[in-house]
Amino acid sequence: MATIILLAPLIGAIICGFGWRLIGEKAGQIIATALVFLGAALSWNIFLTFDGTTQHIVLLRWIESGALSTDWGIRLDRLTAIMLVVVNSVSALVHLYSFGYMAHDDNWTHEEHYRARFFAYLSFFTFSMLALITSDNLVQMFFGWEGVGVASYLLIGFYYRKPSANAAAIKAFVVNRVGDFGFALGIFGLFYLTDSIRLDDVFAAAPKLAETQLHFLWTEWNAANLLGVLLFIGAMGKSAQLILHTWLPDAMEGPTPVSALIHAATMVTAGVFLVCRMSPLYEYAPQATAFITVLGATTAFFAATVGLVQNDIKRVIAYSTCSQLGYMFVAAGVGAYPVAMFHLFTHAFFKAMLFLGAGSVIHAMHHEQDMRNYGGLRKKIPLTFWAMLIGTLAITGVGIPLTHYGFAGFLSKDAVIESAYVGSDYAFWLLVVAAGMTSFYSWRLMFLTFWGKPRGDHHAHDHAHESPTVMLIPLGVLATGAVFAGMLWYGVFFGDEVKLRSWFAMEPAAHHEVAAEGEHATEAAATEAAPATEAAPAEAAATDHAATEAAPAEHGPAVAPKGAVLILPYGAEEQAVVDARVGYDPAHAEEGHHAPTNIILAAHAVPKWVKVAPFIAMLLGLLLAFRFYIQRPDLPVRLAAAQRPLYLFLLNKWYFDELYDWVFVRPAKWLGRFLWQKGDGAVIDGTINGLALGIIPFFTRLAGRLQSGYVFTYAFAMVLGIAALLTWMTLGGH
Amino acid sequence: MQGVDLPILLPEIVLSVYAMAALLFAVYSGKDALTGVLTWATAGLFVLLAGFVALRNGEGAIAFGGMFIDDAFARFAKVVVLLSAAGVLVMAKDYMARRDLARFEYPILVALAVVGMMMMVSAGDLMALYMGLELQSLALYVVASLRRDSAKSTEAGLKYFVLGALSSGLLLYGSSLTYGFAGTTLFSGIFSTVEHGVPLGLLFGLVFVLSGLAFKVSAAPFHMWTPDVYEGAPTPVTAFFATAPKVAAMALIARVVHDAFGGIPGDWGQVLAALAVISMFLGAVAAIGQKDIKRLMAYSSIAHMGYALIGIASGTAEGIQAMLIYMAIYATMNLGTFAFILSLEKDGRPVTDIASLNLFARREPLKALAVLVLMFSLAGVPPMLGFFGKFYVLKAAVDAGMTWLAIAGAVASVIGAFYYLRIVYFIYFGAETEGAESRMSPVQWLMLVAVAAVMVLGVVNLFGIEPIALNAAEALLG
Repeated sequence: MATIILLAPLIGAIICGFGWRLIGEKAGQIIATALVFLGAALSWNIFLTFDGTTQHIVLLRWIESGALSTDWGIRLDRLTAIMLVVVNSVSALVHLYSFGYMAHDDNWTHEEHYRARFFAYLSFFTFSMLALITSDNLVQMFFGWEGVGVASYLLIGFYYRKPSANAAAIKAFVVNRVGDFGFALGIFGLFYLTDSIRLDDVFAAAPKLAETQLHFLWTEWNAANLLGVLLFIGAMGKSAQLILHTWLPDAMEGPTPVSALIHAATMVTAGVFLVCRMSPLYEYAPQATAFITVLGATTAFFAATVGLVQNDIKRVIAYSTCSQLGYMFVAAGVGAYPVAMFHLFTHAFFKAMLFLGAGSVIHAMHHEQDMRNYGGLRKKIPLTFWAMLIGTLAITGVGIPLTHYGFAGFLSKDAVIESAYVGSDYAFWLLVVAAGMTSFYSWRLMFLTFWGKPRGDHHAHDHAHESPTVMLIPLGVLATGAVFAGMLWYGVFFGDEVKLRSWFAMEPAAHHEVAAEGEHATEAAATEAAPATEAAPAEAAATDHAATEAAPAEHGPAVAPKGAVLILPYGAEEQAVVDARVGYDPAHAEEGHHAPTNIILAAHAVPKWVKVAPFIAMLLGLLLAFRFYIQRPDLPVRLAAAQRPLYLFLLNKWYFDELYDWVFVRPAKWLGRFLWQKGDGAVIDGTINGLALGIIPFFTRLAGRLQSGYVFTYAFAMVLGIAALLTWMTLGGH
Repeated sequence: MQGVDLPILLPEIVLSVYAMAALLFAVYSGKDALTGVLTWATAGLFVLLAGFVALRNGEGAIAFGGMFIDDAFARFAKVVVLLSAAGVLVMAKDYMARRDLARFEYPILVALAVVGMMMMVSAGDLMALYMGLELQSLALYVVASLRRDSAKSTEAGLKYFVLGALSSGLLLYGSSLTYGFAGTTLFSGIFSTVEHGVPLGLLFGLVFVLSGLAFKVSAAPFHMWTPDVYEGAPTPVTAFFATAPKVAAMALIARVVHDAFGGIPGDWGQVLAALAVISMFLGAVAAIGQKDIKRLMAYSSIAHMGYALIGIASGTAEGIQAMLIYMAIYATMNLGTFAFILSLEKDGRPVTDIASLNLFARREPLKALAVLVLMFSLAGVPPMLGFFGKFYVLKAAVDAGMTWLAIAGAVASVIGAFYYLRIVYFIYFGAETEGAESRMSPVQWLMLVAVAAVMVLGVVNLFGIEPIALNAAEALLG
């Protein structure tokens, strides 16, 4: 089944991309879409029925070269199952949506066939993404990684007549190269140290890597940390984290369905997926994860500040994506990989929907993207409005505090923030502030677009119309997801640690075994009847597992840890720090309480004010936005005027692009021009031309003159030749 | 004893008897009317003999007290000589008939020349060497002036004869010096003499012998006859000059330096390296100025001989292998190229002007493509076979520690690429002038296209020639 899921979009892409001339453009589109829907249906089937045990499905022998031997295989575990659902569902809906969105496009004339190409690219992207997430080894993952890069390039530059689209496509490609370089180095390093690129081998070797030193760039590094950082650099590029984030806002030059699919729901989350996938390595790389946490939090904050002042509707959402990806990285960085995946999962729904909703708005407004020219669209496009409203409620995290009822974003984002509190103060506070700003800019978008008076071109407003059904169905489906996805899967992603472990097929935590004698066993059994019975036999077996986990490197050949992700219990020092943070005092523990021995348990044990903090921040953001854009629309203008330097700083995205232009682009251009004009032109061409046009023709003429046609000349040459040879032999040689 | 040795010479004897019998038969019967039949018969015999030699089993054999050697090396060279001679004969038949050159003596003279070449590559003695060389040369002097009514053709024959006589003199002088110092004309005897120190006189002998042989392969500075003879001789004769005799003479050089002077590779190695460098550069530089495609091919073969000499100069079995592969590829490429040159005509008259190829591709796209492949191959552009020929010799030089020689070869090939590509340029992008036509007999067409295909398809495994050449090289050195 997984094989069908993987190959269906490829077949669709080939049929649609190459076959549309035979079967017609429409048929090609339908086949591509149908195949992706098939994949989506099968993915849900796997997701809902899968028991979590890691399966390896070998498709073919791929590379055989020296010590490197690799199968093209599918690794099916919980992470893969989650990603399959995310990728295929969003992709299927975006395919469907594109029927409407791409039906008429001003960038093309009526005779031109662009739709089949677009669908083929979408399907090709889906295939690459699936290859990435199903890979059982790092090189196959890199193949998918590059494949989505290519697809992203093609789709950002889809309007290839627009210079800005071409520039954005190239920028995305080049910036991603920087990250990919780090990723490739990470793969090389892992192969160098473990002699394998199979994930299981790498995971099994991770504890040993943590004790290995590696010489790299004139200094010694801890291998696990170094490789962790290198892989993360790859993730930074793909997931648009700070420093390598500049391509993502520009990528909005692509058609909006592309933004929804690639630059919100799937491709950009590949970095988060990578970090979670490599969790057995990162668990042994504390400095690397600390780096991820700090960078993720900073990105979340930075992108949120920039999002506050953007006017292009798609750019606001783009920065919002960038910011939300930061959240995910923080969760992964503090070790709460399931939480990162949870946010990835819910985010895919509401962010894809926001983008598709924005697309619907743009479609209605005749490709106007500036929010300052919107206003009062609530009545004109009511269905889109409701969808966007749900999306906004989801992204801002609306729900009932201290319960598990709320929109998808409420549950996942709060989980991220609670985990962040356990990990680091810096990350926690930045995320809370970013949550407030998220609320502000999301509501700003809503208020500017759907409330107030129509602004801008009257003509556009008069002709604003609701989108066709094929565009509204995806919105509806995604809206459902945005409402319920969080509540339905809260338990298995975050809420219940025991269920979470069995869902991800991890080893049961060590404390269960300890608690088997104590109160906790009863508590665990009381909370949930069903898993307790499941857990009982598992607990009996847990003793050996716990032993192997404690000293994995010493007994026999190392094996990869079970399960889709790895969460190690805290060590003694860490435990003390965490206990202090969450206010747990082992000496005065109440009855029924026990020490939070890992990140998930610790995140559950955070103080109540921490759990409420993001909600408060969200409310503040909402109120501020309401005041600014509904009650006193003149305030933003005055504020911007009063704080002009700050406003410009934010509007210009912290001047990252200018800085890069100055530091990298200009010197590179200068160097290129220098090498071209001076190096290539003057030196190389000069030399070659001098030789070719000056010296060699001289000899050619000389040879021609010597060839006089007289036999005596020829004989003389022969005699001279032999005389020279004899002289040389006599004097020089011998 | 002599009777026992005769079967070893069976191919040579058969060919000689055939040549004489055919001569008598033709003189007393149809004379020139028999030319066509004789051409096919001779070519057929060549192919049969080539098959016979190629399939001949057993280790090397020695006849006449070491004067005649039949080993894997000789067989390899003989097969190449026989096949290329057969190719030249059949593809020129049509041309000869049309240009009123159908003399029945021509195939017979070629047969005699081939007997001489077969003797040369099997020579184990300075006498045998000279005998084979002269038999070949005398036949070639005559065919060069085959067109007796043309001043150019006669001039070419005469020039070739006079300079050939000079080179024979050099060779004989060297042989006598060698004999004087070694006390024997047998290669094996010279070999053992050399092992006990080399007197200067013997070195002189070596240089004179090598100079005489260098004339035959037209290595610079003994090349001066080549452009004039190539241009003056009828084109089929030129094609013949450019293929079989070159292979035979090159094999003879390898034979002499290894069998007779194998103990002092340093001495002949530097002579040959010097000849190689001068030939490569002169061939490349002088060809640039040529306007006549036959003269151009003359310089091209001078340059190619330079590359082949690199293989011998490196002094290893690998080098000999490289040389053999190079010569086989070279002969094949030249067959294809001359098949094309033979077909060129304007208003019914043969043309050899390069400018007449202007925009040939528009008139004959397939032939133009084949010529393009051949030119790229001659220039040594991968993945054509010509590249692999150069690759092998340069690699042999590098492995033998003569990196400078390999670098010189690479530089010369860059310069040489110019004139090959210029032909391609004319064919595809030339000026709008009244160009030449290409009238081809089916044999010529087949030869051109097949050779072009071989140049491309050979990239797979060089048609398995590599191990055979290695075997031949080891037979020579071992």
